[in-house]
Amino acid sequence: MHHHGFGIYPSLFYDLPRLTNTMLNYSLKQLSTLLAAKKISSVELTGEFLGRVKVLNPDYNAFITVDEKMSFAQARVADAMIASGQAHPLTGIPIAQKDIFCTKGWLTTCGSKMLSNFISPYDASVIERFNAAGAVNIGKTNMDEFAMGSSSETSFYGPVKNPWDITAVPGGSSGGSACAVAARMAPAATGTDTGGSIRQPAALCGVSGIKPTYGLVSRYGMIAFASSLDQGGPIAKSAEDLALMLNVMVGFDTRDSTSLQRETEDYARNLAKPLQGLRIGLPKEYFVEGMSADVARAVEAAIVEYRRLGAETVEVSLPNTKLSIPVYYVLAPAEASSNLSRFDGARYGYRAPEYTNLNDMYQKSRAQGFGAEVKRRILIGTYVLSHGYYDAYYIQAQKLRRLIAQDFAEAFAQCDIIMGPTTPTVAFDLGEKNSNPVQMYLSDTYTIATNLAGLPGMSIPVGFSDNNRPVGLHIVGNYFAEAQMLNVAHQYQQVTDWHTRMPHKLTA
Amino acid sequence: MSLSLDNIKRVANLACIEVNEAEAIAMMAQLSGIFSLIEQMRAVDTSTIEPMSHAQDVVQRLRDDTVTESDQRELFQSIAPKTEAGLYLVPKVIE
Repeated sequence: MHHHGFGIYPSLFYDLPRLTNTMLNYSLKQLSTLLAAKKISSVELTGEFLGRVKVLNPDYNAFITVDEKMSFAQARVADAMIASGQAHPLTGIPIAQKDIFCTKGWLTTCGSKMLSNFISPYDASVIERFNAAGAVNIGKTNMDEFAMGSSSETSFYGPVKNPWDITAVPGGSSGGSACAVAARMAPAATGTDTGGSIRQPAALCGVSGIKPTYGLVSRYGMIAFASSLDQGGPIAKSAEDLALMLNVMVGFDTRDSTSLQRETEDYARNLAKPLQGLRIGLPKEYFVEGMSADVARAVEAAIVEYRRLGAETVEVSLPNTKLSIPVYYVLAPAEASSNLSRFDGARYGYRAPEYTNLNDMYQKSRAQGFGAEVKRRILIGTYVLSHGYYDAYYIQAQKLRRLIAQDFAEAFAQCDIIMGPTTPTVAFDLGEKNSNPVQMYLSDTYTIATNLAGLPGMSIPVGFSDNNRPVGLHIVGNYFAEAQMLNVAHQYQQVTDWHTRMPHKLTA
Repeated sequence: MSLSLDNIKRVANLACIEVNEAEAIAMMAQLSGIFSLIEQMRAVDTSTIEPMSHAQDVVQRLRDDTVTESDQRELFQSIAPKTEAGLYLVPKVIE
């Protein structure tokens, strides 16, 4: 099922480099095997993907920064590692890094004018881990400004486009990473997820993504949005690739005070397990209203496929689901208003060209450096934390957060894994929800609750809408159940081919 | 819930973000919409529930009080808006 004859489609719009379509769809393991066998060098592989980025990125805007010199320098280091027999599974493989991860010597903007001149003086923990594994940074991907958005339209660097339909959004905030993987500009990418920012763009771009349990991936050097919810994770073509990426990304870090100290796991260890007897919980609240007909159809077909694989389904209830969005829009802006207070134009980042005194410097630098959505959220956060409102909003939201987490605990007493749609609709059109923040927020209805509960969540492609836009299946596991979730996703991907599909016009 | 123009200006000032009249008016409409969404949560009785600040109620780890950072002043100041003699420059605050 894995190899499709996409080669019959001629290249209609692009003069793409020589990577064959089969190779574009190669898994990380297959690329690693080619590298180890010296069938291709990391320098060559990096050159091929950089070539695709050069041709495709002007239309898709998935990358903010590409630096061939730095990428090739890393590729040469990787080739030396391979030659000396010191290769790790990801050595020599190009990985796109979300521009939220501080990367030493690279422009690191977080999609904001505020950091449009910020060459990071240090590496995020995640970047250090990829460097140590010998992976090649192929570029920094575009994103909603400070990860605040669900469409990748709030970037100072302009919107990212959906590779399946250039008039559609790719989702957000990790829209550049999801686009880069969907358009095969990179074999895999990193993302971050505060309310759905890995899973929602993965769903809208027809790729796979996982947000691990809160605390597994270090937040050190990952520019903070809402610290109690932010979690890094990978976006890739398959569950197997996600497992290899997680093996690099997860690990205890003393520099993140919320990092969890646990035994090292191999996230690929359970991929081959049969699903016989797996109990899938279907929250009745997810299947009632708001879901579009084509999303429902694809999700229901996926569940039928799971029954064929030996799983059984059980109805569960998450009665406080509807509170997730209000709770999130108190907690996330509150934490953001505090985190973003560091951007003051004094020591790094944007400073307004003219000002009369120190306070005026702060006021103008922040007014000019932040975009509209970021300002909205800072003001909401400042308001809910201000004197007299703290208990009514912030404390109330934290109490409801516990209720939401308890809902999941009760559901997991009856099932092993929870499934539903990742998003209520497929990708919407660019500009469609720009003027209505509340409408935009509602597109994260299904993903937000897992961040509030700190649970791992993932999205895999399970079909298309009538207008050929991808549909994602949301898989939520219990705490630290990533290996099981990847197993559940992998088994589905063994008998279906949605994850191997790519936009026809982007094939060579 | 609707916010007044004064609410917006006060909060913008607390957040150190300059807003002009037109921006404040636009912001007032948008934030009022968001707050009507947020208001839904106030209807729930939570008098017996403990607030949850960490997903797994983990206690913050403490570390030894030792120096862990090396001196990187030159590197850090190479990306600063304005420096002089190793110091960050901002407008004068003391007359």
